[in-house]
Amino acid sequence: MPWRVEPRGVTLAAALVAAVLVALNLGALGAVLWRAEGGGGWHAADWAALRFTLLQAALSALASVALAVPVARALARRRFIGRRLLIVLMGAPFILPVLVAVAGMLAVFGRNGLLNEGLAALGLPRLGIYGLQGVVLAHVFLNLPLAVRLLLQGWARISAEHQRLAAALGFGARARWRHIEAPMLAQVVPGALAVVFLICLTSFAVALTLGGGPAATTLELAIWQAFRFDFDLGRAALLAAVQAALGLAALLALAFVTRIEVAQTGLDRVAPPPAGGLARGLDALAILGAAVFLLVPLGMVLARGLPHLAGLPVPVWLAAGRSILVATLSVGLLAAMAAALTLAALRHRWPEALGMAALTASPLVIGTGLFALVNPWVAPVHLALPITALVNAAMALPFALRALIPAARRAEADYARLSASLGLSAWAHGRLVLWPRLRRPAGLALGLGAALSMGDLGVIVFFAQTGAETLPMQMHALMGAFRSDDAAGAAVLLMALALGAFVGLERLIGGRDAET
Amino acid sequence: MLRLDGVQIDLGGFVLTADLGVPQGALVAVIGPSGAGKSTLLGALAGFVPLKAGQILWQRQRIDTLAPARRPLSLLFQDNNLLPHLSLFDNVALGLDPNLRLTTEQRARIMRALAETGLDGLESRKPAQLSGGQIGRAGLARVLLRARPLILLDEPFAALGPALKAQMLDLVGRIVRQTGATLLMVTHDPADARRLCDLTLVVAEGRAAPPEPTAALLDAPPPGLAAYLG
Repeated sequence: MPWRVEPRGVTLAAALVAAVLVALNLGALGAVLWRAEGGGGWHAADWAALRFTLLQAALSALASVALAVPVARALARRRFIGRRLLIVLMGAPFILPVLVAVAGMLAVFGRNGLLNEGLAALGLPRLGIYGLQGVVLAHVFLNLPLAVRLLLQGWARISAEHQRLAAALGFGARARWRHIEAPMLAQVVPGALAVVFLICLTSFAVALTLGGGPAATTLELAIWQAFRFDFDLGRAALLAAVQAALGLAALLALAFVTRIEVAQTGLDRVAPPPAGGLARGLDALAILGAAVFLLVPLGMVLARGLPHLAGLPVPVWLAAGRSILVATLSVGLLAAMAAALTLAALRHRWPEALGMAALTASPLVIGTGLFALVNPWVAPVHLALPITALVNAAMALPFALRALIPAARRAEADYARLSASLGLSAWAHGRLVLWPRLRRPAGLALGLGAALSMGDLGVIVFFAQTGAETLPMQMHALMGAFRSDDAAGAAVLLMALALGAFVGLERLIGGRDAET
Repeated sequence: MLRLDGVQIDLGGFVLTADLGVPQGALVAVIGPSGAGKSTLLGALAGFVPLKAGQILWQRQRIDTLAPARRPLSLLFQDNNLLPHLSLFDNVALGLDPNLRLTTEQRARIMRALAETGLDGLESRKPAQLSGGQIGRAGLARVLLRARPLILLDEPFAALGPALKAQMLDLVGRIVRQTGATLLMVTHDPADARRLCDLTLVVAEGRAAPPEPTAALLDAPPPGLAAYLG
């Protein structure tokens, strides 16, 4: 006799969501193959794109995690005024629209950026940002905060007993590293590397703006080029299949090596700091270096864009309105899909696996497929906004499930028997038991979904034409037309919308006294 | 009377059997080694663990086919008896109406239950603002309010110090006598059994034995129980 409280229709709703996700991923790929009509073939340039995709993702992951180790270590063992705020601010690049991050990178490392102006003033040659180094730099900027947070969780998980044992036995810095920190990192670093690698594997907007050309084209960019310039659906399909296989392989590797739980707890715990001025100096250097690297580009975006914000042309504001519409629709879809899969995940394993499998999906692959599917029947531009919203929601779903399912399972483990013994209805169980425990991760997940959707430059590029652009598209067009003042103003607007959506939804849904 | 007729519960590695009766109004301690199946036995009575065979009857009515909330019992777990985001008042009120739509009369009853368990004045506090003893009392206030004829306690006071635990056991005794309920209480401590329970039921070696008088059992324990008691 089943005793658990189960809302009706949950499994059915989850199965429906699953069908949509499978259709989006496999259906899109199938549609590209179906519409290929010859063409195709694997070119030398495609080998180069594959090599570059793997190389930039590997270098980005290595650099992000290598830099994150000293930063996380310093943050884990030092308490200082503004520490919490710094941890929060350092998370900003992860939710920042990629184009804004690129604008920040250009402002600091670009030809006329701060760094090159400084080098020129010293009579030194300027450094170039375009190509592999720029792509990796932007990826490190976007993913260093994530890597720091993942590693911080590792430090937070070192038990208090082990910390006390190390202190009682008089461990110095070397012994502490060897016996306490290195074993923890051996568990946590492979997962962090795999997560960043997986994210960078589907890089499109960064490669579009800072890469390009035969030497710096990712598979995603190659798919776009095959579609946009050659309309070679056969080649796009082949590239898409390779991209999908790569994503799946990386996800399997992630599942194999990862032992990280993406949680929001424990980041405030401070390990006992080692004595000694050298250690303190190195920690200060790591924290200061990371803060400068992550916050100066954001400051530069603001400084350059704010004066031009009020004078932005009307099409930019209209594009902003479209982006808000897409993000709103996307958050609604994300909420519905995440709710169905989270509730179903309390009884079954497959919703979680399915949600994670969506990580392998590439918006460019989906975009190509959906375009091929709808093009014969409807003008793609008419479906630009709903399709973009749906794809954005599907892309944010793995992050949402990663936050929601563990929290829901904990709530269920702790209180399902109490609910059943008191006779709580499914509605009362959801309202009194699940929702108070889920509203904070839900706020975080939906805020993240809104920010990602607001800043997305992915599937929309297939569908929207002039006059129907979203704000990221508009900003990209302004950058391409060298209208740098308007582009800078649009960057500030985009950043404000993305961060505003994130903070607003997190507060609105998460609440102040929500239980986690 | 509570009867367990030919009950078998699958515990993974072995099957726990129970064929016994508990007289109405009895206070019964459930003791035995860790992993023997004491909590599982209570879980089966409450409806959280399925029976492999047999049936459970209360006053000759079969109850093992009923949903947990429809069984004539209240259960206190080892922990997580209170929802952390609800006030003490609401947590206790869940025992009367899971949807918290309370009448004036129900509110008055809740306040009386809080007063009887020494919690008056704390009703607006959240569980995090309560001591371990107050949390235990809150669970008992809800048990009192539900007024079910069977009360199952799964070591809810295990984390309390000796003095506080003694207070809680006395409160349990008072509530049980006041409501005329039958009590089954899992404990590891023979002193708890002596303090509160007239009967003791031993769960060991895959069998829940019929309850026997506590004093006699603990004064001359059978070999299996003697090894556990040390």
